[in-house]
Amino acid sequence: MNAPLANRKSWFEATARARIGGLLDAGSFVEFLQPAASQPSPHLAQLDLPGAFDDGVVVGCGRLEKMPIFVIAQEGQFIGGSVGEIHGAKIVGTLRRAVEEKPAAVLFLIDSGGVRLHEANAGLIAISEIMRAVLDARAAGVPVVALVGGSCGAFGGMGIVAKLCSGIVISEEGRLALSGPEVIETVMGVEEFDAKDRALVWRVTGGKHRYLMGDCALLVDDDLAAFRSGAAEFLTGWREAGPSLAALRSSQQALENRLAAYATYRDGLDVWAALGVAQPDSVPLLDSDRLVALKKGLPT
Amino acid sequence: METLEFRFASHPAGPAADPALCGVVGSGNLEILIRAGDDPAACQLSIKTSARGFGDTWRAVLGDFAAAHAAGGTTVAINDMGATPAVVTLRLAQALAEYQGGAQ
Amino acid sequence: MNAPLPREWDSLRQSRQRRLERAATLGFGKEIPVDRIIDLLEAVIQPGDRVCLEGNNQKQADFLSESLADCSPERINHLSLVQSVLALPSHVDLFERGLANRLDFSFSGPQGARLAKLVQEQRIEIGAIHTYLELFGRYFLDLTPNVALIAAQAADAEGNLYLGPNTEDTPAIVEATAFKGGIVIAQVNERLDKLSRVDVPADWVDFTVKAPRPNYIEPLFTRDPAQITEVQVLMAMMAIKGIYAEYGVKRLNHGIGFDTAAIELLLPTYAADLGLKGKICTHWALNPHPTLIPAIESGFVQSVHSFGSEVGMEAYVAARSDVFFTGADGSMRSNRAFSQTAGLYACDMFIGSTLQMDLAGNSSTATLGRITGFGGAPNMGSDPHGRRHASPAWLKAGREAAGPNAIRGRKLVVQMVETFREHMAPVFVEELDAWQLQKVMGADLPPIMIYGDDVSHIVTEEGIANLLLCRSPEEREQAIRGVAGFTPVGMARDKRAVENLRDRGIVRRPEDLGIDPRQASRDLLAARSVKDLVRWSGGLYAPPSRFRNW
Repeated sequence: MNAPLANRKSWFEATARARIGGLLDAGSFVEFLQPAASQPSPHLAQLDLPGAFDDGVVVGCGRLEKMPIFVIAQEGQFIGGSVGEIHGAKIVGTLRRAVEEKPAAVLFLIDSGGVRLHEANAGLIAISEIMRAVLDARAAGVPVVALVGGSCGAFGGMGIVAKLCSGIVISEEGRLALSGPEVIETVMGVEEFDAKDRALVWRVTGGKHRYLMGDCALLVDDDLAAFRSGAAEFLTGWREAGPSLAALRSSQQALENRLAAYATYRDGLDVWAALGVAQPDSVPLLDSDRLVALKKGLPT
Repeated sequence: METLEFRFASHPAGPAADPALCGVVGSGNLEILIRAGDDPAACQLSIKTSARGFGDTWRAVLGDFAAAHAAGGTTVAINDMGATPAVVTLRLAQALAEYQGGAQ
Repeated sequence: MNAPLPREWDSLRQSRQRRLERAATLGFGKEIPVDRIIDLLEAVIQPGDRVCLEGNNQKQADFLSESLADCSPERINHLSLVQSVLALPSHVDLFERGLANRLDFSFSGPQGARLAKLVQEQRIEIGAIHTYLELFGRYFLDLTPNVALIAAQAADAEGNLYLGPNTEDTPAIVEATAFKGGIVIAQVNERLDKLSRVDVPADWVDFTVKAPRPNYIEPLFTRDPAQITEVQVLMAMMAIKGIYAEYGVKRLNHGIGFDTAAIELLLPTYAADLGLKGKICTHWALNPHPTLIPAIESGFVQSVHSFGSEVGMEAYVAARSDVFFTGADGSMRSNRAFSQTAGLYACDMFIGSTLQMDLAGNSSTATLGRITGFGGAPNMGSDPHGRRHASPAWLKAGREAAGPNAIRGRKLVVQMVETFREHMAPVFVEELDAWQLQKVMGADLPPIMIYGDDVSHIVTEEGIANLLLCRSPEEREQAIRGVAGFTPVGMARDKRAVENLRDRGIVRRPEDLGIDPRQASRDLLAARSVKDLVRWSGGLYAPPSRFRNW
């Protein structure tokens, strides 16, 4: 049981390029706008900060179990995976190209705190363009799958982008939310949310919580191979449904129900108990298979 | 930020088709981009680093790299966020191996 | 003619009796109400007493220390403290408030800066800074406490004590005090009708008090695998292949840093792949490091004896009684004195880290403005000339040092450091800060942690220097420079001399060891997070909340 632990290749720790290497069929990746042909952010240079050749995001095409796919991978280690002008333009360009070329899917490896504050308005505009481009790709029948398991999670504008995708594959290390913990603490005070309490942050934004709440399609181990098979599993038999008013109404209703049921709870533990989890304390240590089984057994 | 430029004589590197990128611009880390240069007997390096005042250390680390490896005929561009010499040395070896197709 | 005064041969016993009578007069029995502890302390402690406040790098008799600091300096003064560690603010308060004025100790850690200030203001007189074993030794010679204030997990009505897994220094302190006319006062976390195990018999204990909160224990040996760098992985690979495997090191002690934590986490992966299971790292003098769990679970480790315990490891240790020393009740009993003895005499290797090293290989963790002391590292990080029994590792090292006709072996004393610390501070220096510290503090000796002539190997990211094979001070210097990387000391090497040392196998690079630095990846670590350690332990390890992100 323990031996595989030593053999895993951690998604959480891998760079964006290493994640792509482990995700796609070996040797199939072709990068759009390679680092040598690109240029670092001019905004960062103006602020006397070193940039990155790829501006913190790697885009390109390749194959996943022989299916042609596009891939977008944010580098969380570079300024928190933040979205600047070039970074955003690379993502938007890739999604638009997907509309034209219709790959089997776009895999969106999100690892980002949201807008790059150094690039303020350019970053904000980029995020809104990404949102629109994700919806355009889906409307064109190209599924966009968010893979969330990096150190920066999916926060801020990128948290919204994740929820606009066809589905989310998340690891327990992954985190997904709108406002980051530090932002909530700064704005609302430490009594509202203690951002330094890492365990609490994880219990309200972490992958297991998101999966139990039904926010994510799949929960996988923190392992390159697990994300690869998770992405393939999600795409098997998946077809983008066209926009429907009935579907929107039903998800709106689900959100209202959630608010009514859980708004007063302060901790994931309380929510899990309310969901019908018999031993909420045991959730953090369950491996992903057992948590998936646990969710299957919950009252609906 | 400080920008540094160096040029060292080095034995010619084997032929490589594509540029190679290694590492990440994160705290205590750096990225290295290697591509073909003009002079087969020299390694040309340019560094942008967030840590000022370590020019002599960079010269020593990069000079050792050029002497210990066949890195002639390459142009190396580095974006650095305060990596230690140990990390720089490790990344340079990784980048050169990847450039020559010897990546793990 | 002056007839000699009749000598009293039991003055200590009489003094003890008077102190106990004063306590009895105040109505005290064996169990002291928590709100009257100061009355008791003022009754049994006398000016000029030698007092041992139990505490070390983990367990602290913190309630008794704070209570003593709150006593009246009119009643209690000129105390001489003899104790392992000066770690709590209340320890320093004793000097600042005028209750104590002399200190013999071993380690000061977090209070190092306040202590240095007191010394410079001449408000404290330091007898000596010891290693743990030296201080324990002096408890039984010339520094026997008059009063020992100790910490225990539980007491029964008679005053028997259960010390719990953090047994640590208590047996040594109590034995010295109780058998030389002293008074022993214990703070306890709980009172029980029946103890699961008796660590100190009631007739060695005079008073017990139930503290208002459990005694403080620092989780000092917990290293989060997430913080181990790939450079540390590289050094760990070199150490395993170039030292552990070559000498067949079976009995050893590790320091507490991330460098050695990396080695522990490479045992089930890298070392196992090299076929070293059963051949290295079988018997340890070591606290229950959480990062050793994967090696234990993988069957690498046969036995671990511990100086103290580690917060969160209690259930795991109890469930692995073949490996750890546990009582009939199931819980661990540690013992600093015995484990230090094992580290000194029974281990073939000590491997640890340091902040500074000079060209003779002397190393120090002292920095200006702080007096930190030694703890136990110098005992374990020294070659004991008193050792007589042989082992393959000890013999091989001895023969490397003195040739095939060596009449004794050598302990392997390995220093493992990255050439630069944080903020690009070089570890290798021409002169240790310790020398300046000695001048400022007016000390007899510079506070050197490990003497250069005890060091056998230095491991850095650049390579391994084997100092045993050096035949002159000049060779040692070049061997050290030869692994000092791009520090000023390293750059000032004689390159030809270093290449010569490399040809002779004195300096070895990763490639000389058949190690490709590019393979130094965190993916080699058997656990990459604290949660991984919990999983390896089958859920038995319960890390403190500050190490949890769940």
